[in-house]
Amino acid sequence: MSEKMFEPGITAGRLEASAYADQFSDLHPPLDLHEALVAADRCYFCHDAPCITACPTDIDIPLFIRQIATGTPDAAAKTILSQNIMGGMCARVCPTEQLCEEACVREIAEGKPVKIGELQRFATDHLQQQGKHPFERAAPTGKRVAVVGAGPAGLSCAHRLAMMGHDVAVHDARPKPGGLNEYGIASYKTPNGFAQAEVDWLMQIGGITMQTGSTLGAEITLEGLRADYDAVFLGMGLGGVNALGAVGEDKAGVLDAVDFIADLRQASDMAQVPIGRDVVVIGGGMTAIDAAVQAKLLGALNVTLVYRRGRDRMNASVFEQDLAASKGVRIVTNAVPVAVHGNGAVREIEFEYVDADMQGTGQMLRLAADQVFKAIGQTLQGDALPALEGRKIKVDAEGRTSVAGVWAGGDCASGGDDLTVTAVAEGRDAAMDIHKTLVG
Amino acid sequence: MADLRSEFVGIKSPNPFWLASAPPTDKEYNVRRAFEAGWGGVVWKTLGIDPAVVNVNGPRYGAIYGADRRLLGLNNIELITDRPLELNLQEIKTVKRDYPDRAMVVSLMVPCEEEPWKYILPLVEETGADGVELNFGCPHGMSERGMGAAVGQVPEYIEMVTRWVKASTRMPVIVKLTPNIADIRKPAEAAQRGGADAVSLINTINSITSVDLDLFAPEPTIDGKGAHGGYCGPAVKPIALNMVAEIARDPGLAKMPISGIGGVTTWRDAAEFIALGAGNVQVCTAAMTYGFKIVQEMISGLSEYMDEKDMTSIDQLVRKAVPNVTDWNQLNLNYIAKAKINQDLCISCGRCFAACEDTSHQAIAMDDDRVFSVIDDECVACNLCVNVCPVEECITMEAMTPGVTDPRTGKTVEPHYANWTTHPNNPAATAAE
Repeated sequence: MSEKMFEPGITAGRLEASAYADQFSDLHPPLDLHEALVAADRCYFCHDAPCITACPTDIDIPLFIRQIATGTPDAAAKTILSQNIMGGMCARVCPTEQLCEEACVREIAEGKPVKIGELQRFATDHLQQQGKHPFERAAPTGKRVAVVGAGPAGLSCAHRLAMMGHDVAVHDARPKPGGLNEYGIASYKTPNGFAQAEVDWLMQIGGITMQTGSTLGAEITLEGLRADYDAVFLGMGLGGVNALGAVGEDKAGVLDAVDFIADLRQASDMAQVPIGRDVVVIGGGMTAIDAAVQAKLLGALNVTLVYRRGRDRMNASVFEQDLAASKGVRIVTNAVPVAVHGNGAVREIEFEYVDADMQGTGQMLRLAADQVFKAIGQTLQGDALPALEGRKIKVDAEGRTSVAGVWAGGDCASGGDDLTVTAVAEGRDAAMDIHKTLVG
Repeated sequence: MADLRSEFVGIKSPNPFWLASAPPTDKEYNVRRAFEAGWGGVVWKTLGIDPAVVNVNGPRYGAIYGADRRLLGLNNIELITDRPLELNLQEIKTVKRDYPDRAMVVSLMVPCEEEPWKYILPLVEETGADGVELNFGCPHGMSERGMGAAVGQVPEYIEMVTRWVKASTRMPVIVKLTPNIADIRKPAEAAQRGGADAVSLINTINSITSVDLDLFAPEPTIDGKGAHGGYCGPAVKPIALNMVAEIARDPGLAKMPISGIGGVTTWRDAAEFIALGAGNVQVCTAAMTYGFKIVQEMISGLSEYMDEKDMTSIDQLVRKAVPNVTDWNQLNLNYIAKAKINQDLCISCGRCFAACEDTSHQAIAMDDDRVFSVIDDECVACNLCVNVCPVEECITMEAMTPGVTDPRTGKTVEPHYANWTTHPNNPAATAAE
């Protein structure tokens, strides 16, 4: 038992030094060859398969599984990557239990779907670990496209455009490319530097320049990009974070969950990352779960996730909720924060229970907290953007914005469901429409 | 509980499950384990004349797999026993002495001359063995030397050797037939003419299981080369069943006892062979795949089935299906069925649709919600949808009631039997009267 286990406040090294590697190891260790063959054997090769329909990127899942089963994993990888260039990351982070695996007929038949996500990882890892890039650029078109944001949407768009023969300049505000793949996903979902390795592998297509530390509205402007390039794709995601609206939320120790997750991903030694003894996470999506689980993994004694509605309304999948529960996270529902208490730094956070219509019940809950993570949604940042729909950039089915020559996709654009895989699909589809527009 | 005791050409065994002449019956050690596990009898691996043959020192087997590496077919290039004759005879005697209630049959293969047969038969008789099986089936290696299938493919040789053997022993003689011929009845008739007490079939089928695509050589590969082997296991069962039935339903061979061999893996396989005319069955590949314990399932399964059918002895099952094996031209063309999909069981995989739409009669409809249904106007009841469906009993074939109209043809389903011999499209049709 570590001596710091019960220490109040925010401190690093709550666990024995040797414990961190295990805590943050791969959530789903990769299938070995035997496991992959056994898993692949279960696929029925359905006609017009429901799993394909359920995949936002329309990967031909029965075909790639058959290719694994017949001993050609690299052909399987090409089947995956031709539809979804970030098939490696999606294999790790997709909520498959709500997508392909939920639709699998063996889920209906036996309650046990084919392990599509893990098989996808088997195939893509097999190809990518050899450093092979299976696509080649078409003859140069002489057209130049700017892509803002090096996350899943931007990189997917950039790769497809480069493949079609265009020259692509990618700009990203952060020091490293990858977007949420690099900064926004729990460490145990993509360990061992996979996000950067995937970007490097993707860039092998050629024809893409990467400019990091380049923020829209600062180093670059939409107006300037429109003047310098034949087309612009906006895929910069959501840079802002919603406020709690609770009294005292400016106290020390009240932090954005996305920053906590990003810090963890960039940390070279988890033992150096400070964490509270009593941690409260507010929110009900993947970000909230990722923050809560990792707080627990870092050694927080008590981690409570508080969501304003019922469990059935949480954006986090049942799998994610169960994962959090299995790690010891307590989930409280139907409660909204009203006040953060403490002298300078948070000591307690107070909630009011609400009914199904979000009306206060007068019943209160106070939780000890030396650290509070807000994960109640992110917002679009920036001025001089194309017209919005709600709080996001309005796009049509092809990803076109209100401004001629400007497309958008991923979390910053309207529609979609804020998943990596939908961002990849939107980037890819916008690229095809840009290509059609530029070369006719 | 049903009585599984078996008497085959006078040889008694506690159940009808024998191990076939093959690697599992090559030594005392294995056969003791088999008897301890419950096998009713064995056919000891084929003995020959010393000096003993030699086997290759590389892979002897090749395999075909189904899903999850389930072994469906096994090919072998092993020869007859490679141990000295005297050693085998001693062991046979010892085991028979210790297990007097089990069937002990000895497989034999010697050159196609009378003297070697006259030499070996008294030696076998002296062990106390219950009978002999003449290996006229082994298709590899030994056949190159004029034995095994080289004899089994020439009915005159079968008759000749069988006659020699019958003249030299009082033991029951079972003649094991090769399937590598055009008409299985010819060698069976030859065995009958030679005086055989029974035939056993099938021996293995000439085969190359696979090709090593790096070495460009057949598998199993011995130093870069491969030779054809003998194929067995579940994959050959349909071929074996047909050959057993061909003999059983031939009027001239109807009294010839048959020991059924070929892919028997479960009690059900055994029951099928027996219903088609086998008096007992011999098993090899299933034991080589799963070990001797499988006989327990065969015993319990066959007992339960016989109890359900109110059968008290194996004899009541023997030949039960033979009267229903007929020629195609005797099938009732007025029998009309339609496929029916049980929507409660359907898991919407759509394999029936793909099979029917792409390769058959476009008789299955698929709606936007992935509900699959049969289009009776198009369905010819071919059964392919049933065969490709992954769910048991989800798709069934339902016979149409006489008097109703078949929507495919617009014709009324006739109540009477009518076959091809009287069909108007048959140029050689004979009048129905």
